[in-house]
Amino acid sequence: MAFAMIFLPILMAALSAAIPSNRLRPWLLPVTGVAHLALTLVTLARPELTTSAAWLVLDPLGKLILLVVSLLFFFCSFYAVGYLHNREERPNRVFCACLMAFLGIMSLVTWAHHLGLMWVAIEGTTLVTAPLIYFNHTQRSIEATWKYLLVGSVGIALALLGTFFLAYASLHTGLEATLTLEGILEHAPKLSKPWLHAAFVLLLVGYGTKMGLAPMHSWKPDAYGEAPGVVGAMLAGGVTSCAFLALLRIYQICQVAGEGAYVSRLLLFMGLLSMAVASLFMVGQRDFKRMLAYSSVEHMGILALGLGIGAPALFGTLLHVVTNGLTKGVLFLSAGNIHRAYGSKSTEQVFGAMRRLPLSGTLFLVGFLAITGSPPFGPFISEFSILNGAFDAGRFATGGLFLFLLLVVFIGMGATVLKVVQGRASVEARNTPYRDSFLTGAPIVGLALLVLLVGLYIPAPLTALIRDAVLFLEGQP
Amino acid sequence: MTNLLNTLLVIVLMLNLFALGTSRIVSVIRTVAAQGALLSLLPLVLHDHLTLAAALTVVPAFALKGVIIPGMMIHALRDVKIKREVEPLIGLQPSVILGALATVFALLFADQLPLIEAHSDALLVPASIATVLTGFILLITRFKALTQVVGYLVLENGIFIFGMLLVEAMPLVVEMGVLLDLFVGIFVICIIVNQINQAFASMDTRRLVSLKE
Repeated sequence: MAFAMIFLPILMAALSAAIPSNRLRPWLLPVTGVAHLALTLVTLARPELTTSAAWLVLDPLGKLILLVVSLLFFFCSFYAVGYLHNREERPNRVFCACLMAFLGIMSLVTWAHHLGLMWVAIEGTTLVTAPLIYFNHTQRSIEATWKYLLVGSVGIALALLGTFFLAYASLHTGLEATLTLEGILEHAPKLSKPWLHAAFVLLLVGYGTKMGLAPMHSWKPDAYGEAPGVVGAMLAGGVTSCAFLALLRIYQICQVAGEGAYVSRLLLFMGLLSMAVASLFMVGQRDFKRMLAYSSVEHMGILALGLGIGAPALFGTLLHVVTNGLTKGVLFLSAGNIHRAYGSKSTEQVFGAMRRLPLSGTLFLVGFLAITGSPPFGPFISEFSILNGAFDAGRFATGGLFLFLLLVVFIGMGATVLKVVQGRASVEARNTPYRDSFLTGAPIVGLALLVLLVGLYIPAPLTALIRDAVLFLEGQP
Repeated sequence: MTNLLNTLLVIVLMLNLFALGTSRIVSVIRTVAAQGALLSLLPLVLHDHLTLAAALTVVPAFALKGVIIPGMMIHALRDVKIKREVEPLIGLQPSVILGALATVFALLFADQLPLIEAHSDALLVPASIATVLTGFILLITRFKALTQVVGYLVLENGIFIFGMLLVEAMPLVVEMGVLLDLFVGIFVICIIVNQINQAFASMDTRRLVSLKE
């Protein structure tokens, strides 16, 4: 099953490169999206399909991330058709091919049970997304792509060094050096501590760069700001979740090795720092796409924080991966529509989006309410559960700071979002050709409904999956 | 074998300092090409008996690190008017001194990490850390896009040295994957460097300042 999920999108990418028509080519995206989602659901339902090779095993953590990526791609693929029809002046061959290859490589990340292979795949996501960010070919997008590539590559290079350190820690036990997850977990209690500590720091910095944890987040506002909305959605919900999966693997190894306290201190620090930095930059932010990027930094901080709190917050943290991924889809896709209609992403020109684009404007507002943790949406449940976990674990200061920073973000983000949606749009903005259409509207509605559903009632299979994942993460089979 | 290995590693460390001390971009690229070529030969001197996996990594690593990637970068340099790193953040001599300090630090730091018996005489760990730090110095203090790419290559070379300790642990497929990623990465970066050059009529990354708060 792994091979089907990894190679189907890559084959479709090759096929799309061969299709000459700029208008027909994007339709391969939804075909791939539907097929991939079907494969994902079949695999989730049938446990006997979850081992494809020694290094390709889909464990509960991988299942969860795969589900997020596949769902998000499903909705984004329909949106992308609508988006690319509005952008017929630009050739989309590279864009379509890279977007589908991106899905294949992300599937590989979720299946990989060899830390070296996982590294190769995560570095691969950096490379295929660079042309996506560069889609508009403007000076600003060159700048964003350059920063993304350089910062991302350096970060991921450090993760490689960390992976090597980890392998050396296992070599030092006197056993055969290994990088398979099973092999390392088996010998984890015997791993050499100095090497393990050094490895964890390097891996946290490396994969933290891909996630966009502060202070390694500098590429994020530029890349998310300049990339098309659909790319922003896939980056903020897909790549970051994959990098977080890598961090979960390392976390699991350190837990089994008995280094939980060391790891959790670092994670709590990085988590709170990311939330604080993001909230500072969100207050008074005029560019609403950069604001979404800082929101992504904030939510990566929440994930690191939840992981740092440990066992009582793990359910909430893993649920937050799902709710954050889906809500980021709503926000980036609706922000993309607003950007298209106004030709600007600054609140100096963009106001009155509710009247100019009733559907996208409303969805943008809904996305904002959801991501800041307002009931009755999904992120409310997951953030509340993390907060509960913090208090259960006796970390009252951490819980208090978490609440305070959420409040700052709510106020800062709210000011920008309300400027965008309220008022009357200017005459120039009302005369641009863009109107909400079925293809650029319906996928966002679908994502928003899912976010609402998780907030009202978490489906039983999802609860079961997350419980399995928590048990797996804590080292119980 | 350890003597020969350590001699090679000392040459690698000297090439680090040379890369830090020269201002002509083409010389920096050639220095790193020489370093990469030298490093790709390490598996041959590392073990008494040559394994197939080690031998198979030598050829693609030599081709990529020593020939293809430097070739692409010299090609990218061809259309660029500025051939020198005119005003680095810190001067060339201070950066050589900084590089030397980094090497000393690497030697001290490597002492803290416990090594297994077979590796205790070799300079692999300090050489690796020193080369990684040199890569960072180049990345931070130079402003020409291509010199920053060179910095990234030096960083990768440092990691490659560390990988020598793990030839058995890293299966061939993964090793090849790492090299492929490196190659595609540099390829994409070279395209972007070209675009920066066309769009800004310069490859000075200090011009990339329109995106900020």
